[in-house]
Amino acid sequence: MSEEHHINYVKVWAWLVGLLCVSVAGPMFEIKVVTLITAFGIAGVKAYMVAKNFMHINIAPRFVAYMVTTGLVFMLLFFAGAAPDVMEPKGENWFKPGWHEVDIQGAEKELEEGIFFKDQVDH
Amino acid sequence: MSGRPIATTRSASGMPTGLLAVWWVIVSEIVIFGGLLGSYIMYRLAHDAWTAEAAHTNTWIGAFNTLVLLSSSLAAVLAHRAAEAGDGRKAHHLLWWTFAGGVTFLCVKAVEWSIEIRAGYTLASNTFWSFYYTAAGLHALHVLAGIIIIAIVARSAIRNLELHRVELIGVYWHFVDVVWIFLFPLLYIAK
Repeated sequence: MSEEHHINYVKVWAWLVGLLCVSVAGPMFEIKVVTLITAFGIAGVKAYMVAKNFMHINIAPRFVAYMVTTGLVFMLLFFAGAAPDVMEPKGENWFKPGWHEVDIQGAEKELEEGIFFKDQVDH
Repeated sequence: MSGRPIATTRSASGMPTGLLAVWWVIVSEIVIFGGLLGSYIMYRLAHDAWTAEAAHTNTWIGAFNTLVLLSSSLAAVLAHRAAEAGDGRKAHHLLWWTFAGGVTFLCVKAVEWSIEIRAGYTLASNTFWSFYYTAAGLHALHVLAGIIIIAIVARSAIRNLELHRVELIGVYWHFVDVVWIFLFPLLYIAK
């Protein structure tokens, strides 16, 4: 692992601290896109820098990168599988009970308004 | 037994077995923390009200703790370099700096939580705070485990014993740093 001896670790650390400052300053502009980029984009860059320069993942045997990638892929698969149930109130063949109650209440309210309207027409 | 390498320094897989085991732990941890953070993101996107709750976290405390962890990671990687050069004394010294970073992180976290709990934001307040304490708490447990191991490795490093362990705890410590790098924007920046 002689390649790691050429890395200037203090310089990498200074970059990481600089990026931290940018991620803290980002939300001060109060622009959502800028906040997202400076927060999560920079988090990705910082994580990559730590993994590459401090953990030396780039000079570890290739299967280490494959192992890490497998973990990340599983994480994304589980996210994609669970996300609809968490983020949507209902699907084609299912509904979320809590949200269903809200739907029923809304429908009852609409029905009441409809009856009120009908009464007004009758009179 | 004298001519044989100890198990953790064998490299049948192309890397020391101890290092392989640490990577194995890290891959498992990716799925654990990934599940936790993925769930947080799902709920956060589905519930706008969480933005108001997140506004109560202190960005400056989070940023300071990020700086502390990044600095402790620098000390850990410099300790690894010293260990590779066979300088156990320097590695020992730098590992104690890493240890100090971990202790500082936990002290700051304790103060931060005390303030939040006194303000009425507890684990049971609502789902946002449940996630907040669970994610930050699980991470803090990893920091605690890390500093205990660092102390043990530092004690043997000063006698130039088991110097390969400096790299092993270093890789684990950098992973703990990486997890915090993602927790920081999720819990403190996205408001």
